Amino acid sequence: MTVDQPKYKTSDEVDFVIVGSGAAGGVLAKELSTNGFRVVVLEQGPYLTEADFTHNEIEILDLDKLTNHPKLQPTTVRKTPDEKAKPQRALVYGRCVGGTSVHFTANYWRFHEIDFIERSKVGSIPGSTLVDWPITYADLEPYYTKVEWEIGVSGLAGASPFDPPRSKPYPMPPLPVKSSGVLFERAARKLGWHPFPAPMAILSQPRPGRSACVQCGFCLGFGCEVGAKSSSLVAAIRVAERTGRCEIRPNSYVHRIELDSQGRAIGAVYFDEKRNTHLQKAKAVVVCANGAETPRLLLLSAGKQCPDGLANSSGLVGKNLMFNSGSSVTGLYEQPLNDYKGYCVSRVLHDFYELDHEKVGFYGGGGLDARYDFTPISFAFGGMPPETPRWGKAFKATLAHNFTRTMEIFCHGTSLPVENNSFSLDPELKDAWGLPALRLTYKDHRDDLKLWNWLFERAHAVHEAAGAVKKWSFPVQEQQFGVHLLGTCRMGNDRKTSVINADHRTHDVKNLFLCDGSSLVTSGRGQPTMTIMALAFRAADRITALAKRGELGA
Amino acid sequence: MDAPVSRRSFLAHGAGGLSAVWVSAHWPALLAAATHARQAARSAVPAKFEFFGADEAKEIDAIASRIIPSDETPGAHEAGVVYFIDRCLTTFDIDDQKTYREGLPALQARVKEMFPGKSKFSALTAEQQDEVLHSFDEQSPHGRQRRFRASPGAQNFFETLREHTIEGFLVDPDYGGNRDGTGWKVIGRDREHMFQPPFGYYDKGYPGWEAAAKEEMKEAEKK
Repeated sequence: MTVDQPKYKTSDEVDFVIVGSGAAGGVLAKELSTNGFRVVVLEQGPYLTEADFTHNEIEILDLDKLTNHPKLQPTTVRKTPDEKAKPQRALVYGRCVGGTSVHFTANYWRFHEIDFIERSKVGSIPGSTLVDWPITYADLEPYYTKVEWEIGVSGLAGASPFDPPRSKPYPMPPLPVKSSGVLFERAARKLGWHPFPAPMAILSQPRPGRSACVQCGFCLGFGCEVGAKSSSLVAAIRVAERTGRCEIRPNSYVHRIELDSQGRAIGAVYFDEKRNTHLQKAKAVVVCANGAETPRLLLLSAGKQCPDGLANSSGLVGKNLMFNSGSSVTGLYEQPLNDYKGYCVSRVLHDFYELDHEKVGFYGGGGLDARYDFTPISFAFGGMPPETPRWGKAFKATLAHNFTRTMEIFCHGTSLPVENNSFSLDPELKDAWGLPALRLTYKDHRDDLKLWNWLFERAHAVHEAAGAVKKWSFPVQEQQFGVHLLGTCRMGNDRKTSVINADHRTHDVKNLFLCDGSSLVTSGRGQPTMTIMALAFRAADRITALAKRGELGA
Repeated sequence: MDAPVSRRSFLAHGAGGLSAVWVSAHWPALLAAATHARQAARSAVPAKFEFFGADEAKEIDAIASRIIPSDETPGAHEAGVVYFIDRCLTTFDIDDQKTYREGLPALQARVKEMFPGKSKFSALTAEQQDEVLHSFDEQSPHGRQRRFRASPGAQNFFETLREHTIEGFLVDPDYGGNRDGTGWKVIGRDREHMFQPPFGYYDKGYPGWEAAAKEEMKEAEKK
């Protein structure tokens, strides 16, 4: 913590209690406290800072220092609602102040116009509950710009012919290209496509209190020790703290939103580090706990007034979950790329963002990027061709040769909303606090799998054109695990088909707002955090306007 | 593990407490200081075992040395992998103690069964050692999944030891394995804390995105 924060009593009725301090919660805390409100942020994880962000793969990745813990927070998984779910790890999310934005890759392109109006454009899609957003790209554009300038995004405006219109260029130039980016760029141009410098939420130039990226190479999965990665921790929470009106309360695990007899939210009930229970009172509650924990909290808050879960009159809390389809094709090259140096992704292309579904035979779209997201250890376990021996002289020789000569082409694409795909409460399994565990139900829409295979062919073609010595990929399989947790309390004008309105207010409870991946109506084409942050900036404006008009009450 | 913590604090205070411009400009100096501190700390680490007895350590070292052998370049032995595993089993991987306690005698029983008269893995020839390990490695070479996390508590002793050996060979040397950065030297990873372009062979001489786009358009026109 960099400055003294106010210490509110739980009995103080603050203006807002925010549940979760990630991409959305951090931005809302910054905006609402800057606008003069008294804010308490309850974060279930610890308050870690740069001193904690080591390069220790064992501690950070294997022992889940920054993320949800599979032993304390077990989950179950099944494909369809008629199956019994089995204990299995279903998701990874950030569990520390700053949330997932602390360890993310930081790909920060904007969604395109099509993402908000796809249903109107393509019509209904069999097996999908696809609908339009209640807002358009134009409504969100000023907030995308705000993210780029206030949080810090590097990129080159106008470099992609497919980019949606923007009101301002990026505040700083793109990060230096990597060898993977050069190979990708040349190959993609040969194929007639339009590669461009990847927009990244990583500083290419220093900002007050934050260093520019030093290219240390421990990026995806790790926290940034020099503050170059634009997490909500460094770019939003610290601004909120400086207002003197915002208290960040870590190790506070919210498990219930309490209502009064009129059905108005009165605050959030949480366990502290010693598992004592508290109720933090507030005039309004904003839940930003992510696309899994937000619906879980609403379902855990079921009571007499709402037997099926809080704000769940639509029955859609937890449903229409979208993960984004995608994975990578790996290639081996003759000369060292040394892509272990530096950030992950330096070039991307969006030529396939809007595909003609009649031509390709499926709905959706996506893109490709050039990346290297291996650490030395993860490379040894998963970065080599499948026929490589698992130990011994040949294993060592392949490891020694390939580590510096490998790159991936990652395919990122749509997940169509399907009502059965969901997070719900497991009827049997409990977490370490005795609360019902998350249960994942997920079966990819068949078009998502078709898209994924289609993108794989293009990724193979790029490796081919780039002169890869060898390339390989693992067969497309149905997903049983997610890191993008989207759509589970979606936004809409119709209270029967959505959970929140365009102001992020729940249709059922006037002083309860939800903002995070759960708010998204469509999945975009991957890389949702930029849009989550833009929504949070917009939600803060909407909520501030409602509060100033005295419209937060019942 | 006090030294890494103080080193981290040093770096972080640099980033948080001073102006970012200053930090960016002085990174090399900061890093040189940090590296010096790190090396001083490392030489003070005693090489003694807490979980393994001396005989057990010899056996584990011998097995690890077949997983990542010493040939033209150093292997698990030179990287001090057995010390890393010993530390694992007394700190963050306590759950795996049982796997080793039960697994090593089972492996030694297999040695006796396959090579009557021998009871120690470390007493076999390299070829015999590989034969024993192959008899334990039932995993299909094609069964690998892209791994983001290890699987602690893996029941299979050989698989657990294989994972630990690879981790101990490649972990950042500040965290108790990969002695002197041996593993990183073998795979060609420079042991620096920051890097600058050009990073590799293919980005050398890159003219910039706009210039590259123009060059390639010209070439396309010629054709």
